[in-house]
Amino acid sequence: MNRAVLSTSISVGLATGLYGISFGAIGVAAGLDVLSVMLLSLLMFSGASQFAFVGVVAAGGAPITAITSAWLMGIRNSFYALRLTTVLGPRGLFKVLTAQLTIDESNAVSAAQIEPKDQKFGYWATGVAVFVFWNSATLIGALAGNLIGSVEEFGLDAAAAAAFLGLLWPRLRNQWQLAALGAAVAIITTPVLPSGVPILLAAAVALIPFGGKR
Amino acid sequence: MILTVILASLAVYSWKLLGYLVPERFITERFRGFADRVTVALLAALVAIQGFSTEGEIVIDARLGALAVAAVLLAIRAPYILVVLAGALVAAGLRALGL
Repeated sequence: MNRAVLSTSISVGLATGLYGISFGAIGVAAGLDVLSVMLLSLLMFSGASQFAFVGVVAAGGAPITAITSAWLMGIRNSFYALRLTTVLGPRGLFKVLTAQLTIDESNAVSAAQIEPKDQKFGYWATGVAVFVFWNSATLIGALAGNLIGSVEEFGLDAAAAAAFLGLLWPRLRNQWQLAALGAAVAIITTPVLPSGVPILLAAAVALIPFGGKR
Repeated sequence: MILTVILASLAVYSWKLLGYLVPERFITERFRGFADRVTVALLAALVAIQGFSTEGEIVIDARLGALAVAAVLLAIRAPYILVVLAGALVAAGLRALGL
């Protein structure tokens, strides 16, 4: 066990707790009951997909639209799983549990480590930490509901952006060109393409072989 | 609604599981390199979308200041949780000032 990795994992868990509170509050504000909001955090357990789902429900969209939006936002977890399957090497039914904790944060902390055993530990420690904090925070947010002010007022949207920047940071030294292009493609296409698609285009940028190795 | 939530969760979960079901012999060195690069490209895209867009429009607001402060803190190796908290506080502060 690597203490530095464990500390990062717990920090990442605490940070997701910050916007987990906003997810719970937004979910209830969208008209979902507390149980549904909790099931999203426990079963779906993928922030972007959850926000997409709740966004459609809040706008009065059809169930199939909510399901499709959440599904599209979840594609990137498949790319993470492809990386993680060689790092973690899960077997048989254990894959079922391993898959559930496959998210931006667990993969990013794992990918930031050099040693294979740290990559493995980073995945599990972050996955479990985020699961615990994200779900506890969702419950607090859902119960407190409208007592909490707007997400913007407390800067929780900015906290999420800063959290992603923190996860990206260790990779910027060697792969800033790749990061810059991915960010540019995503933001430029955001106004013209349906939500979820710009993220997929950014993933396609990774196919272009340029920029340094990690 | 509970049924919709469960179906949507299964749909999202299917992506997660899919990556683990690809037989290892198909995962070549090049393929691993791609999967590793995807992590970088996607995180960068998430920073951009979360930081500079609102409901499908490009928006430059208090989040720019928050990200700038976060970058400075990361450059001086501040703890991760401090970076995230500073991001929230800076954005909240700038907005309280009407920016």
